[in-house]
Amino acid sequence: MAAGVATWMPFARAAAVGWLPLAQKTMPKPPVDKKSRSDEILFVNVSGLRFQTWKNTLDRYPDTLLGSSEKEFFYNEETQEYFFDRDPEMFRHILNFFRTGKLHYPRHECIQAFEEELAFYGIIPEIIGDCCMEEYRDRKKENQERLAEDTEAENAGDAPLPPDATLRERLWRAFENPHTSTMALVFYYVTGFFIAVSVIANVVETVPCRPIKGSIKDLPCGEKFSVAFSCLDTACVLIFSFEYLMRLYAAPSRCDFARSVMSVIDVVAILPFYIGLVMPENEEVSGAFVTLRVFRVFRIFKFSRHSQGLRILGCTLQACASELGFLLFSLTMAVIIFATVMFYAEKGTKGTTFSSIPASFWYTIVTMTTLGYGDMVPDSIAGKIFGSICSLSGVLVIALPVPVIVSNFARIYHQNQRADKMRAQQKVRQARIRMAKKGATNAFLQHKEDGGLQDGDSDSTPLCVKNRSAFEHQHHHLLHCLEKTTNHEFTDEVTYSEVCVTDSVGFRTSRSTSLSSQQGATTTCCSRRAKRRAFRLANSTVSVSRGSVQELDTLHITKTPAGTQYPQSRSSLNARTEDLKLNCADYTAAIISIPTPPANTPDESLPNSPAIPGILRNSRSSTYNTQETVKISSL
Amino acid sequence: MGVVLGTFSVHTKQVDYRRRGSRRDKIDDELEMTMVCHRPEGLEQLEAQTNFTKRELQILYRGFKNECPSGVVNEETFKHIYAQFFPHGDASTYAHYLFNAFDTTSNGSIKFEEFVMGLSTLLRGTLRDKLEWTFHLYDINNDGYINREEMTEIVRAIYDMMGKYTYPALKGDVPKQHVDAFFQKMDKNKNGVVTLEEFIVACQEDEMMMRSMQLFENVM
Repeated sequence: MAAGVATWMPFARAAAVGWLPLAQKTMPKPPVDKKSRSDEILFVNVSGLRFQTWKNTLDRYPDTLLGSSEKEFFYNEETQEYFFDRDPEMFRHILNFFRTGKLHYPRHECIQAFEEELAFYGIIPEIIGDCCMEEYRDRKKENQERLAEDTEAENAGDAPLPPDATLRERLWRAFENPHTSTMALVFYYVTGFFIAVSVIANVVETVPCRPIKGSIKDLPCGEKFSVAFSCLDTACVLIFSFEYLMRLYAAPSRCDFARSVMSVIDVVAILPFYIGLVMPENEEVSGAFVTLRVFRVFRIFKFSRHSQGLRILGCTLQACASELGFLLFSLTMAVIIFATVMFYAEKGTKGTTFSSIPASFWYTIVTMTTLGYGDMVPDSIAGKIFGSICSLSGVLVIALPVPVIVSNFARIYHQNQRADKMRAQQKVRQARIRMAKKGATNAFLQHKEDGGLQDGDSDSTPLCVKNRSAFEHQHHHLLHCLEKTTNHEFTDEVTYSEVCVTDSVGFRTSRSTSLSSQQGATTTCCSRRAKRRAFRLANSTVSVSRGSVQELDTLHITKTPAGTQYPQSRSSLNARTEDLKLNCADYTAAIISIPTPPANTPDESLPNSPAIPGILRNSRSSTYNTQETVKISSL
Repeated sequence: MGVVLGTFSVHTKQVDYRRRGSRRDKIDDELEMTMVCHRPEGLEQLEAQTNFTKRELQILYRGFKNECPSGVVNEETFKHIYAQFFPHGDASTYAHYLFNAFDTTSNGSIKFEEFVMGLSTLLRGTLRDKLEWTFHLYDINNDGYINREEMTEIVRAIYDMMGKYTYPALKGDVPKQHVDAFFQKMDKNKNGVVTLEEFIVACQEDEMMMRSMQLFENVM
């Protein structure tokens, strides 16, 4: 029901008395109103700003938070008021809605914030009053466009493809975002080059060249070097056809692709050639064929894939379709009117050029657009008068829709600018957000390596005496519980991705200095002994975790260059279950001392100084060191 | 082109011309409404005249003033409000009769006093008051008699509020049957009209109606 009628309900019910004499049946029992009907003043405290209002005011809209019993959840017994921890400025508007029945949109507020407040209080934004509705709609549309750009930029495929993308997906990606791979870029530039060549060839072949020996007439270059030009044309068409077929193959939805504007342009660009191949050497048909060659000029539109400005222009024209339509329509009307007038005005003149009304169309158009070729000129006085009126009105008619088109172009252009800027900044933003997120996980891993998770070891870890909030304590405890539950440990992204690389390496025992082979060696050793070791390093700041099939666990090692190289252990990320069993059986709380001979070294490299901060350091030096004792504990 | 534009503007002006006439009335109406800010008599006086307590009058007035800041309700607003309660059908006809029943001074608008008096009669009045009020509601031309046409109007207005989708479906002669039943019950001397006394007597004899009357005691 519409707002505000709650106050009239008693009246409507009272008026029902008027039906009673007519009623043929007894009236049903009325609902019993348990709560007291007397009005009272309610106190509403919104973040410290105290509002007071009649209870009836809030009851007017029973399907909102304030009007229903939902507000009882926010009732504070001690202070006898309803407390909401929300924006007090916004609440003013909400309360005014209850009071006056009209919801206004405050112009200086962010539209998202406003909508969130409305959603919280259970008010639908559609009841915003007419005075503010337009502003609200405009801002909302703007916001949505901006958000759409954001998500588009995110999905724009700058993110790396998943490793299991099919050839089709990869191909499509290459076509849509040429800068993702070198091959795509090469292809992009090659097609661009050939488009240019094709267009220039079309142009040049009509230029008159010097005539061949023996004739005086100038020949167009196309006929002089007909072989060369036809070769060029064939080559270009072949490339375009190939490109089109590749796109068609790679497109995720072939129907949609076939219907898109760009594909239509592609087809139109190469069609004349194929039609020419198919058509017989017939005199009458070849005339039509010649006109078909005109369509070759459409190849120039293929440039719009290469130029964003062209795309924007196309977008603008599309967006302004109605204005353009109006322009065309009004021009047509004006042309017809003035042509008729001029024709009849000039009818009397002898030898006039205004031979018919359609002939006068040309004069009208030329005059209205202020071209004034002068091939048709009125002679009579009436003709001159109407001619001048025509030219004056032409200026007006054309000037009217143009600002609309211009403003649309500006808007779309700026949108595109903004989208580009966003995309450029996206990477930086993502990196920063990732770092902030890492901070949280780092805290836990840092806490772990500080030894904070040692059971009953609280006295021996002075390092981890750091002021942590209760929340952090609980969070760390929670993560620890999860680790215990799953038998795996947390580690960070970098090591995980690294180990991903090393995972597939086979069992080799080389001891070269290259990183990959080191890792290969380590997997050798590790696969038998150390794949699933966990090391607690007493003084080090390295935290190491067990590999797991699910989690991002790797043995994380800080390497310091020290001349000697030993294969180090790395737990493989995708340790297979037999390894799992093997490792579990192998290690039950042993203390391995290092250094040991390389063959069976536990391959744990410890940092030289315990003061290396940060557990996430994973230096990629190719030489490794192992020294010092490592305490091994297993689950 | 200027000629074209000229013809267009003339055309729109013509359209405007007709509308402006009615719009002028509406503007005047609104002006009147906003300027004529009617204030009711004092609270004590109203309390004396009606059967409401001060608190109830306060609550009623606050609601009334919120909806109609100018202090009076005109027929359009009244119809609009009443239509909100009966969205299925067309409540405007019945609202019109109701408006006339409330508008005791017949000046086209209901002031707060009239509103409150009407409510007082309906909710807190004696049985006879209520029946009299109802009689005046049915007596459209205020001649003291309810004849068949008036009754048919009222009944049709009430059935209009039901709307199209009813069960069982409304047939054309249902209002007529209803009116016949009414007259059978009320018109004692069978002279085709119902007077106030006939009406009151007949209603008091109708037990069902008396029971229903009591149900409406606690609306406020």
